[in-house]
Amino acid sequence: MSELAFADAPPAPPREQRRHLLAVSDLTRADVERILDTAQALARTLDRDVKKLPALRGRTVVHLFYESSTRTLSSFELAAKRLSADTMSLRSSGSSVDKGESLKDTALTLGAYDPDVIVLRHPAIGAPQLVAGVTRAHVVNAGDGKHQHPTQALLDLFTMRAALGRLDGLHVAVVGDVLHSRVARSLVQALALVGARSTLVGPPTLIPRGIEAIGCEVSHEIETIADADVVYALRMQSERMQPGAAFVPSLREYAARWAITPERVRPGQVVMHPGPMNRGVEIDPRVADSDAALVTEQVRSGLVVRMAVLYDLLTVAATPAPVAAGVT
Amino acid sequence: MLACRNGRSASLVLEGRVVDPLEGIDECLRITVEQGVIVRLEPAGASRLVVAPAFVDPHVHLRTPGREDEETLATGTAAAAAGGYCAVLAMPNTDPVVDNASVLASLVERARAEALVPTGFLAAISKGQRGEELTEMGELADAGAAGFTDDGRPVASAGLMRRALQYATVAARPLALHEEEPSLSRDGQMHEGAVSAELGLAGWPAVAESAMVERDLALAAYEQRPLHIMHVSARQSVAAIRAAQERGLAVTAEVTPHHLCLTDDAVRSLDPNTKMNPPLRSEEHRLALVEALRDGTIACIATDHAPHARHEKEAPFEEAPFGVTGLETAFSALHTRLVAPGVLPLATLLERMSAGPARAFGLPLPRVAVGERANLVQLDLDAKWTVSEHAFRSRSVNSWLLGETLRGRVVRTVADGREVHAA
Repeated sequence: MSELAFADAPPAPPREQRRHLLAVSDLTRADVERILDTAQALARTLDRDVKKLPALRGRTVVHLFYESSTRTLSSFELAAKRLSADTMSLRSSGSSVDKGESLKDTALTLGAYDPDVIVLRHPAIGAPQLVAGVTRAHVVNAGDGKHQHPTQALLDLFTMRAALGRLDGLHVAVVGDVLHSRVARSLVQALALVGARSTLVGPPTLIPRGIEAIGCEVSHEIETIADADVVYALRMQSERMQPGAAFVPSLREYAARWAITPERVRPGQVVMHPGPMNRGVEIDPRVADSDAALVTEQVRSGLVVRMAVLYDLLTVAATPAPVAAGVT
Repeated sequence: MLACRNGRSASLVLEGRVVDPLEGIDECLRITVEQGVIVRLEPAGASRLVVAPAFVDPHVHLRTPGREDEETLATGTAAAAAGGYCAVLAMPNTDPVVDNASVLASLVERARAEALVPTGFLAAISKGQRGEELTEMGELADAGAAGFTDDGRPVASAGLMRRALQYATVAARPLALHEEEPSLSRDGQMHEGAVSAELGLAGWPAVAESAMVERDLALAAYEQRPLHIMHVSARQSVAAIRAAQERGLAVTAEVTPHHLCLTDDAVRSLDPNTKMNPPLRSEEHRLALVEALRDGTIACIATDHAPHARHEKEAPFEEAPFGVTGLETAFSALHTRLVAPGVLPLATLLERMSAGPARAFGLPLPRVAVGERANLVQLDLDAKWTVSEHAFRSRSVNSWLLGETLRGRVVRTVADGREVHAA
């Protein structure tokens, strides 16, 4: 795709064919590849002096965030602005949510402005489905509880493809607190979609029972990461250590057994982390600051991938229902 | 023990294929009811309608007192009438909890003024359902408690459970148990398995139920006391109940229509009307429940009718309350999903919805026999209808069947000699 493709605002597909990005399962392999290619084309425009593109001029993107976020909100906001969309960001604090307004009513209120896209982050699983059901906007899930974070998965794929040149056949070891991680769930499904393998590694108490069904292997031994092309460390959330919810005996023991240390990283492997990092817990600072770490590349990818997602939702109509069985 | 408002006992005639497994009847008859009593059974011509003993629901939430915006005795029993029920038993997890004789007495009085269908009330096992001290079971039994339960919550303490088993002898009423080991089901949103792993929803594992069932069966065996296990959902619970029955323990059990018809796969929609407690489980569990219903290990179908305010169910799955309504759809759903495909004989379904629960709670058994009070349901097995929120008599619409087309419909209900529903 050439840069020229973004020069003008393309016609929008009819709202009846609107698409959402609520979960990785909303995507086909072709969708993923198209979005990543668009992101790559967009990345080339970032080297210009004037970085703004007219592609979504006149469109409105609302960011509705019920959870704290630095990178996701900032990259979505910037992505929409770079594409010339009108944007509006609402956080739960300082809005009607403080006054006890329900998610449905907030969505109806914002929906009354007829935004093209609502980007939602919410602590409760199922919130994006609710918003998609009560507004006419395209809804992008920017994280719902422990469920899904599909744009994170896409930006991770984009980062891996840029660093390693391919996705098909890659082996990714996802290490740490899978149980509470929407990032892990989204990433494993996205990797399976593009023909990559994943292995979840961590203490048995933090690997959900039955997770193999989404298309991955499971190991409790940190040594198994040696076999991977990519080592993906998950954030170990300190709130998981509260009394009554102690999933591991201590962070100290966790770090000793499962932290990504220089000794455990094989030459040629790359290391990723969705941020924010707990240095010294799931990742050794020496690894975080090494050349093997792609953490800042992930943040950079976040911007172009989210630009690509917004562009894609607003320019590509939903594919009609497949006629033949097996075609998705 | 059952109360409802006074009405005129009907004189009416019902015709159809009469199926009463208790009386061993399956033939076309004309039933004549005079002043509420069955006075004649005569041969009749073939009919597409079935007449059976009316249903008994041992487990409904009528939300009164405290949440009359969700259900009242009037609306809940109107829903029961529309579903073919001649008796329902209401749970005590109201606000305030039914844990003393004065709350219970006021409910019985309201039922006499409002309830369309005879209604019984269970009282709490523990004060405030806090699981700490026993309620005054003797006085509650004298005031008409139909049984005791802390439904909605388990009796977490084994010591208190044992006391309840011992003391229930004084009350001479069944103990009905909500089985859930809270330290295992903590924060659980759905069945723990492949679907919860994929969705990221906290798991409420089958073992959290079956471990508690096994604990309570062990206590009941030790105390040699009967027990009723509510809304069984797990295969291992079924196995434990079956084994206890084989050892001679007087244990009865109930299962809900939604656990018989749905699996955790339905939760993928993240529709809050697939969220219930205990949760929908996987196919192996569902099949075990169907088998237990067929072989009689589970002798009762209970709807666990749990009305919720629309605005509370219209929330993200994780924030929505547990529970679905069921009184108006139970027969049709089970007929559509189990009887019509040949999984369960019609007579078995009818028995498990009527005599089974009545027997478990010591209520009069509805039967088609001369001299009996008329408790009858007339069914059109071929009628197709689509479940719509506009047609519910219940004050709430949180049904798992909205938009579904069902086969088989209740067309007439006679409860305690009075016609309470005619479609």
